[in-house]
Amino acid sequence: MLKLENICMQVSNDHGETIEILKGLNIQFEKGKVYAVTGPNGGGKTSIAKVIMGIYRHNKGHIYLEGEDISELSITDRALRGIGYAFQQPPRFKGLTIKDVLSIASPEADLLRIRTYLRDVGLCPEDYLDRDLGAGLSGGEIKRIEMAQLLLRGPQISIFDEPEAGVDLWTIQKLLGLIVSRYKNNPNKTAVVITHNENIIPICDEIIVIDGGIVKAQGPPKEIWHLIKDDIECKVRNQCQGDVIYELK
Amino acid sequence: MNLSKLDLDMLDAIADLKDVPDGALNIRLNGAAVIRQSSPNISVGSNPDGTGLLVEIKPGTKNESVHVPVVLTQPGLQDKVYNTFIVGEDADATIIAGCGIHNDSHAISRHDGIHEIIVKKGAKLKYLEKHYGEGSQEGKRVLNPTTVITVEAGASAELEMVQIKGVNDTIRSTIAHVHEKGSLKIVERLLTQEEQKAESDIKIYMEGTGGAAQVLSRAVAQGKSFQLFRAALIGQAACVGHVECDAILMDNARIRSIPELQAENAEAVLTHEAAIGKIAGEQLIKLMSLGLTEKEAVDTILEGFLR
Repeated sequence: MLKLENICMQVSNDHGETIEILKGLNIQFEKGKVYAVTGPNGGGKTSIAKVIMGIYRHNKGHIYLEGEDISELSITDRALRGIGYAFQQPPRFKGLTIKDVLSIASPEADLLRIRTYLRDVGLCPEDYLDRDLGAGLSGGEIKRIEMAQLLLRGPQISIFDEPEAGVDLWTIQKLLGLIVSRYKNNPNKTAVVITHNENIIPICDEIIVIDGGIVKAQGPPKEIWHLIKDDIECKVRNQCQGDVIYELK
Repeated sequence: MNLSKLDLDMLDAIADLKDVPDGALNIRLNGAAVIRQSSPNISVGSNPDGTGLLVEIKPGTKNESVHVPVVLTQPGLQDKVYNTFIVGEDADATIIAGCGIHNDSHAISRHDGIHEIIVKKGAKLKYLEKHYGEGSQEGKRVLNPTTVITVEAGASAELEMVQIKGVNDTIRSTIAHVHEKGSLKIVERLLTQEEQKAESDIKIYMEGTGGAAQVLSRAVAQGKSFQLFRAALIGQAACVGHVECDAILMDNARIRSIPELQAENAEAVLTHEAAIGKIAGEQLIKLMSLGLTEKEAVDTILEGFLR
């Protein structure tokens, strides 16, 4: 179980002013569940993911993994304890091949297993294994490789940051199927999917709506969907390439 | 002649040789050839003035290679060699060169290797050259290679020139002449550390119609080292050429990169791109999120970049 307790995060803007990104978050992620974290742009969703991974440092509060306070641990130590993060915009590497990076993600995985996971994300291993993870790949291909890394690594807590971004509709359906089959009711694992896509929400066990650095709502999709529609007032602000962004009031 | 463990270690570092291989070979140790052998299709002999090698690969030879490594283990030795390689028409061959210096003294050990390579019509050449230095004292390891290559009509050549580590000073000069429908690719990978200096000057004259040339340079400068990279494409006919130089800068190192395009024909298409920067923070974070320490992440990125 992963528990965020009163997490606050502040940053300074270009004018030296302090801005509160996360304002006392309390969230508990249980094993065997798939969580959707949603909300408007700039609400703090990716910041939560990066605070959990240790990429961003929080100013106040604690993060507990299986009861252990991991707040002061490095990114590496958190990764080794079972936290994984598929980046929203994964970096490219000149000279490292896809096989290299997947082998780093899961050193014990043999080639057969690596090939299987590449196929799972819709990439033909023969065409991709030895390719450079550099400028020659499209954004969608890079994103799928990022997903393959996290699925192959299979950590206890897997955070997928906007898996739908840049990925075609057919592949995203397949990827969501993989997440559901590997994490839902899995007694050892938890998936957290940061998303703007309303099609992802119903397949999750719980929705957490983040806005303005706080949890606006949390619960099963049926309940939260109702809240979003009727109580919070959800308004489609922008629709672009299949992504729906909600404005919460 | 029996080679010592040190000699074999150096040969392994520069030419991946675990033992003396069969086939065409010349091992130059401390200024003299200690093992020399030819094969039915590749003759290895002295050049007429006795200053180095004349290696001739017979026309039509397919998938054969010749090793010509140089090792210096004698402290303070100043070695200079002039080698000529002729790759016969329609041959397809690989030349594995390279130089390793082991210097445990305070004196300077230096090797200047001047290579002239002629790739005859329709031939295909792959040329590999690794440079490596090591030593426990302050004596400098200096390597100054000069390569002059002519790529004749319809021929192709790929030069892969790598400086692994441990070379204090290097001035590399590469001059190429590419003729009609000839093709040349130069891949250069350089790592400098501490207070090392490396200078590379590449000039490619594209003299024939339909010629193509590509220069890919990857450089990593660490410590207080300095690198100067110049690559000039001179398009004298309808040709295509591209220079790409990428460098990673670390610590207090400096890199100066100067790609130059000179078009002397309206049909010459010449392009270049250059980038110098530190290791991207997001790359480090990504690899650390996969369980690597920061040092392991840096090493992984550099290893891939210089591969």
